Amino acid sequence: MAIEFRTPDEIEKQLRQVQVVAENVMRPESRQLDDNEHSRPVNFVHMMWPQMRDMERANLEASLRRSSRGDDEERPTKDQPTKDQPKKPRTGNLALVHMIEMLSWGDAGVYLCIPSSGLGGAAIQAVGTPEQKERFLRRFTEGEPKWGAMAMTEPQAGSDTSNIQTTASFDEATNEWILNGQKIFCTGGKLAYAESDGVIVVWATIDKSAGRAGMKPFVVEAGTPGLEIVKVEEKLGIRASDTVSFVLDNCRVPADNLLGDSVVAQDARGESVTEAKQGGGNKGFKGAMRTFDATRPIVAASAIGIGRAAFEFTRDALAKQGVRMDYESPRWKLTTAQADLLDMEIQLRQAWLLTLKATTLLDTGESNKLMASMCKVKAGKAVTVVTQKAVELLGPLGYSTQTLAEKWMRDAKINDIYEGTGQINTLIVAREILGYSRTELK
Amino acid sequence: MLVDTVHRYAEKQLRATYRQAEEDAATPARVIRIGWELGLLPASIDAEYGGFGEYSALTSALYLEELGWGDVGISLHLLAPNLFAMPLLLFGDNDQKSAWLPRCTEADFPNVSAALVEPVYQFDPNGLATTAERDDDGYTIQGTKTYVPLAQDAQVFLVFAQERNRTQAFIVPADTPGVQVAERVMMMGARALPLFTVHFRGVRVPAANRLGGARGIRMNRLLTASRISASALAVGQARAAYEYALQYAKERVAFGEPIAHRQSIAFMLANMAIEIEAVRLQVWEAAWRYDEREDASKLAALAKKAADAMVLAVTDDAVQVLGGHGYIREHPVELWFRNGRGFAAWDGLIIG
Repeated sequence: MAIEFRTPDEIEKQLRQVQVVAENVMRPESRQLDDNEHSRPVNFVHMMWPQMRDMERANLEASLRRSSRGDDEERPTKDQPTKDQPKKPRTGNLALVHMIEMLSWGDAGVYLCIPSSGLGGAAIQAVGTPEQKERFLRRFTEGEPKWGAMAMTEPQAGSDTSNIQTTASFDEATNEWILNGQKIFCTGGKLAYAESDGVIVVWATIDKSAGRAGMKPFVVEAGTPGLEIVKVEEKLGIRASDTVSFVLDNCRVPADNLLGDSVVAQDARGESVTEAKQGGGNKGFKGAMRTFDATRPIVAASAIGIGRAAFEFTRDALAKQGVRMDYESPRWKLTTAQADLLDMEIQLRQAWLLTLKATTLLDTGESNKLMASMCKVKAGKAVTVVTQKAVELLGPLGYSTQTLAEKWMRDAKINDIYEGTGQINTLIVAREILGYSRTELK
Repeated sequence: MLVDTVHRYAEKQLRATYRQAEEDAATPARVIRIGWELGLLPASIDAEYGGFGEYSALTSALYLEELGWGDVGISLHLLAPNLFAMPLLLFGDNDQKSAWLPRCTEADFPNVSAALVEPVYQFDPNGLATTAERDDDGYTIQGTKTYVPLAQDAQVFLVFAQERNRTQAFIVPADTPGVQVAERVMMMGARALPLFTVHFRGVRVPAANRLGGARGIRMNRLLTASRISASALAVGQARAAYEYALQYAKERVAFGEPIAHRQSIAFMLANMAIEIEAVRLQVWEAAWRYDEREDASKLAALAKKAADAMVLAVTDDAVQVLGGHGYIREHPVELWFRNGRGFAAWDGLIIG
C-alpha cells in the first residue's frame, strides 16, 4: 500500500476554506450552542450546504460510474510506502477525513449537524443498487439542506448489534415492508426525519431465527407514517447534535427500500451462516460492517480534530506562561508539562497516521477493516486522554466554562463510544490478527 | 528487492545465531561478514567515495525494521561503522570524505567507530562532559566515553565533544597518544555487541580533524537521522516479540482452549499490533520528510519518544503473554524485553 504523507494540494486548498468556516462560524458559536442544547446551528448549515451538495453529487456520480463498470473488486495489497504513486489515485475519502478533522477542530457537535447523507448515505453507498442510490441520494445533491441518519442501536442491543429486535415483515399484497420496533441513539435522526427531506437507514431483521443473516437495512424517508420520534437525548457533549429515540409502529416502506437483497444465506445444514462465509449476494450484516470500514476513519478524524483543538489551545496558553515545546532534550530534562505536551502530540500524530492509512486503503479499494478499527481504537483513546490532560494542564481556567477545554473533553468522549466502542474495535482488531471467528474469540 | 534480501539475512543468519551470540556476548564473525556483503552502508555512500548509492532514510527504515526483527545486538554490531561513516557523509568536507569514506566501502568490515555516550546518569548529546579545546594548531580532547562499539579493533574514532557549548565531532586515529581503550561494558541486553569504555586524556588532533571543517556539525541533524533509524529498529524488535507472542497464544492451551481465546490475552495482542503500526507510520513519515530534505527533526523526535515507550511495552507484554515460560531463556522474549529497555538509552547510538 502506498501511503502519501504530503497532503495533496487540492485537499490543502479545500482545507484552508474549511478552516475559515471553523474559525469564524463554528468557534464563535461553540459555547452558546453547547449551552442551548439542540438549537440548530443555522449559520453553519447554510454556509456548508452548497459545498456538501457538490461533494454529494461528486460521490454519487463516482459511485454510479463504478457500479456501471462493476469494478468494486478488491485490489492486491502491497504493504510498503513507495515514491512512485499511481497516476491519479482516488482521494474522495481522504479529502473527507481532512475536512472532518478540520470541522471538528472547529466544533464537533456543530460538525455533526453538517447537512449530508451521513451514515445513512454511507450504508446506501456501500450496499445500495444504482437505482437505490439514485432514489435516496440524489436529493442530497439539490434543493434545501438535508440530512441522512442510521439507526442500529436498540435499548437491549448496543454493541451486540445482531441482537436487534426490530422486525421487518413483507406484505405481498401491497409489496411493502412493515417495520416494527424501537431504536435509540440515532445521531441526527430529528434532522433527517423531521426537519428535512432526508432519510434514515433502519436496521431490522426479516428472520429472527437467522441471527445476523436475517439483518437488513431499510431506508425510511422523512415523514414516513408509522415512525415517531419519542425522545431527544440530553448528553454529556456534542450537544448541538440531536440524538433521538424513535418507535416504529407498522411503519410501511416500499419493497425497494430494502438495501441489497432479501436472501437469508444458509449453509448446507440449513443453518444461517456467519458473515464471514456469506457470498457477495448477501449484503445484510456484512453490509453494515462494510459501512463501518468507511465510517470508523471518519469518527477517528473527528476525534483527532477535537484533540488537536485541545492540544493547540493548551500548547499556546502554556507558551505564554513560559512552557515551551522541547523536542530535542532528553526526557529527564523536561518539565512534566513539557513531557505531557509531547505525549499529547505523539498520540494525535499516531492516531492521524493510522486514520490516513485506513482512509487511503478505502480510497484504493483495498481491505481496510483492520486499519479502520485500529485507527478508531487509537483515536478514541488518544483524544479522551489528550482532552483530559488539556483540562488538567490548564488548571482552574481549563476546568471552567471560560475556555472551551472542558467542552472539548466532553465532546471527545463520544468518539471512544459510537461506531463501535474502543473495546468492540479492539475485539475486531484481535480477531483479525488472530484469524479468529466470533465464536473463537467472544 | 533490498528489503526482502535483508529479511532473508535476518531470518537465516540473525535468528539462527542470536541466542548463542547473546550468551557468548560476541557476534559470530561469519554473520557479520555475510551482513557486510549485503552492502547496506556502501549503498548509502556516493560513487565518488567508493560507494554505489545515495542515503535514503526511508529505504534504511524499511531494512532496519527487518534487522531489528532479526536481532538487535548483532544488528548494532553490523551497523557500528555507520556511526563513523554517516556523520562523515552528512558533514564531512571533501578532504575528510575522501580520506575516510572509501575505507567504509571496502570488501572487509571496516574498523571504525564513534564515541558519543558518556558514563553518567543523565545523558544529553547536546550537553557533553567531554571537551574539545581549540588552540593555535589544533584541538585537545579530554573526557571519558562509554558504549563505544568495537573499540578494541577500531583504527579510528569519531569523538563527540563539547566545544564552546556546542557538540562537535573530531576524527581521532586510535593510535593517537592519550587514547586508551579500557574495560568492556556490558549492557542488560544486546550483549552480542562489544562495547567499551574509552578514555581520551589530553588527546591532540589537528584542526583539520574537526568534522565539517570550520562549519562543524549540527548535532540535531545527526540525531534526527539517528532517531529515525533507532525507531525503525525498535519497530522491528517489537514486531518480533509481537509475532512470537501471538503464535504462542494460539498454541498454548489453558483451561481447555488456546489462551488467545481470552480477551485479556487477545486484547494485549491487539494493542501491541496497533502501537507497532502507529510507530511504524511515524517512522515512515519522518523518513519521508527527511528524504524530501525538509526539517524532519520534530517528527523524528516524536517518533523516537514513541518508539522508546512502545518497544518496551510491547516486549514486556510479550513476556507476560508467555507467563512463566516468557521468563525462561529458552524463549527469546526475555532477551527482546531486555533489548526493549535499551532504546531509550541509545539516543545517537544507532544510525542506519
